[in-house]
This record gives sequence, structure tokens and C-alpha cells, in this order.
Amino acid sequence: MKYYEDKDYKVKVGLAEMLKGGVIMDVTSAEQAKIAEQAGAAAVMALERVPSDIRAEGGVARMADLDVIEKIKRSVTIPVMAKCRIGHFIEARVLEAMEVDFIDESEVLTPADNKYHIDKWSFKVPFVCGCRNLGEALRRISEGAAMIRTKGEAGTGDVSQAVKHLREITSVMKALTVMSPEEHYGLAKEYQVSIDLVRVVAEKGKLPVPNFAAGGIATPADAALCMHLGAEAVFVGSGIFKSANPEKRARAIVNATTHYQDYAIIAENSHALGEAMKGIQAETIPEEEKLQTR
Amino acid sequence: MKTYKDFHVGILTLQGDFEKHQRQVRSLGAVPEAVRLPGDLIGLDALIIPGGESSTMSVLIDRFALRAPLLEFARTHPVYGTCAGMILLARKIEDNISGVEPLALIDIDVRRNGYGRQVFSFETDIEVTLENGTKTVRGFFIRAPKITRVGEGVGVLAEYQARPVLVRQNNILASSFHSELNDDLTVLKYFVDILL
Repeated sequence: MKYYEDKDYKVKVGLAEMLKGGVIMDVTSAEQAKIAEQAGAAAVMALERVPSDIRAEGGVARMADLDVIEKIKRSVTIPVMAKCRIGHFIEARVLEAMEVDFIDESEVLTPADNKYHIDKWSFKVPFVCGCRNLGEALRRISEGAAMIRTKGEAGTGDVSQAVKHLREITSVMKALTVMSPEEHYGLAKEYQVSIDLVRVVAEKGKLPVPNFAAGGIATPADAALCMHLGAEAVFVGSGIFKSANPEKRARAIVNATTHYQDYAIIAENSHALGEAMKGIQAETIPEEEKLQTR
Repeated sequence: MKTYKDFHVGILTLQGDFEKHQRQVRSLGAVPEAVRLPGDLIGLDALIIPGGESSTMSVLIDRFALRAPLLEFARTHPVYGTCAGMILLARKIEDNISGVEPLALIDIDVRRNGYGRQVFSFETDIEVTLENGTKTVRGFFIRAPKITRVGEGVGVLAEYQARPVLVRQNNILASSFHSELNDDLTVLKYFVDILL
């Protein structure tokens, strides 16, 4: 199916549009969801463990307990997202039946299918997927994703990988706008996506769906940096509830995202936040332990 | 032909689909202006409050001291709110568990997500009745708020399933649906024409 032929597509991408300029926060309880909403989060991601705990504790990471998701849904009026494992279309069906507002087919959880992603066209609920480069982004859009986010390296508090992925995507999109038709065919072949999709990106210099940043964002300045690099909103995972003062940090990150071009406001919001999450330098993580390669 | 090139339409750019409104304002030939701080309201002819999350926008309105300036601006200028923007313009929000304090600029009550969560979002044709006749526009209802009460001074310009979805009271216009998600400028044009 061509990406624009799906009857619910505009309504799915529409919700992603509504989240722009906002911060989507990982939460593991109704109390945290409440704190996130009061701080100004545009949506929450309901999880059992935040990425840094998943990384530390190991084991198989699955879809969150439905009881937790239900409690979070009842406690806030902003959209509630939840993660399912890559390729686990039954977890996704369960989340859809639960009426979550957005599903993240996420590399942070242990993949259920090492070969295929979910056919996201067949769902009424919209999906967001992670990517490291434009090819990955376009493959996910071909499968029906209504929002793209960078993978970054989740649970590290190190923004370098999100920066790398954002730069990677935007620089190739810019190049596409001046490429010849032959090169467009070449890229479609290399990326294994339809020429139509490559042409849409070439024409606008943008993805046909919103492009958000995720993975390692821990400070107001990190969020503003991602916005400057072309992200249209940010996801913050472990960065908030693994810090010393989640309430204050959540507010500060929201303020810095809205006012990402106003350095005085970012400065005001970078004072006395308490300790940020400790973090791990992403480059020191062995290749096989990186989440982004999933 | 009427030209809009000297109209400066502010768009509340705190969070939401402000970019879609910018695009429509530009297509009309008017000048979109981002409003993030009180000073940004100076010199504007009208204001749009976009779709997005009303609780986020409400929190940021108070955090950046926009409430009083917005109320003052609305006394003498046209203001249009879509979806979350409508919630903020309403007099009262039912089941207000997030404690959003609306601006109370139009005498309607609303229920957040009154048309259901995202899996119930939809797009549909809406008949709008304006001064110059009836037109059909495409309305996008995304976790849309429902208007549950309309005050006496409020005109209903469009209905969906016998419920008002586009309403006007003097210089304030509000819609349950998003009129900004496609290229149809009917509602925006009507709004800007309130100026004239």
C-alpha cells in the first residue's frame, strides 16, 4: 500500500502533529504520569521499567503490565502511549484493544521477531518507530508508522547517539532535494523502499510524518539541541524519573523545548535542577549490548 | 480582489500543530507570527490557538505570564481556537481532572476527548453555514472535545450528529475539529474576515 492511501492515515499522522513542540515522558506509575502532566508533558509513555533499569537489570523486557497502563490512562487526560516488542503484533493488538493512543514498536524492549516488523497499516491505532538513518525511517513508514523518532541509545543519558541519528537523517534528506532522478532510483534500491516515498522526501526535504528525537536526552539543553537539529518534539525516558528532582527537571525540559530558540530561557531552566541521571557513555557500550542495533 | 498581505495572524506556539496553522495563514496570503511570550502579541491583528494538548498549553500560558495579555488581546481582536484551542477558549471544562483553567472567552462547556480516545478519531465532511452560504469542509476529529452546552449569545455555524462543532460568539471562533490539516481555507478565511 502507498503511504497516503490508508483511510485512517491522516488521523494517525494528525495525532503525531498534535504532539509537536512537546515532550513525551516515560512513566511507570499513575503518580509519575500525574507529575508529568502537571509539568507540561504532551503525552506519557507507560512502561514497567525505564530504559536505564532495563539496561541494568537485563532479562527479557516486554509490554508493560496492563494494570499499570490502565491506571495511568485513568489518571491523566493527555495521550497515553505504550511500547510493544518489535514484531510482536499480538502485544500491539492488546494495546490497541486497551485503547492506548499511540504504540511505540520499540527497540528498548526485547525484540519478538528478529526478521520482521509489525504491519502497522492493519491497525487503527498509530505507531511510532525508532530509526538511525533515513533508510530505516522510510522502511518503517512503508510499514505504516505515523511518526518516526531517532533511536539514540536509550537509558544512557548520553545524547550523542540521538544527535548522530538526527544529523544522519537530516543531512541525507537535504542531499535528496538536489539529487538527480537516477540517484533517487539508486537510493530507493539501496533503502529497499518505493521510489514514490523517496520522491516525497526529495520534494519536501522532510519526512512525510513527524520526526521526533529520543534516546539519551537528560537535560533542558539536550532537548533544545535536538530541536535545533530538526526534531519536532522530544521523548525523555530515564532522564526525568532517574534524576534527583523529577518534577523540576520535567518542567525545565518542557520549557526549554518550547523556547528552544531563546537561550536566556534555557539558561534560566538549567539552574539548580539537582543531579541529572548518572548515565553511561554510549560509545563504551559493547556493540552486542546496544539497543539501537535491534 | 481582497488581499490579506497586511494581516499579521499570531499563532500560539507553545505546543501543538502550530506549523499547520502557519502554513494555512501563509496560503491565504497573510503573515503568520509565532506567539510564545506576552510581547509577541504586540501589533497582531488576530490570534489562533492551535490543536495540541490543552493541559500543556494551559500550564505554559501561566508559566510564561500569558494569561492576562491573552484576555486583554481577545477583548479587541478576533481569536480562533481549534480542538485544544477550543478547550482553552471555553467557559467550563467538564470532568476537568487535569485542572486546566480555561480562558472563558466563549460561553460554551466542553468535554475533553468527548469523541473518544485516538482509536475513535476520524475525519468527515462538515457542512458549515456562513454569511455567504453553506459550504462543505473536511473536519478532522482527533481525540476531539465535545461541546456539551452552548450559551445564548453563541452562534452555531456547523453541527455533526446534531452537536455543535463550529461556534462563534462576537469575535471568538471555536471548532471541535481541526480545519488546519488540509488545504481548505474556508474556515480560516471566515475567521480573518471577522476583522473586516
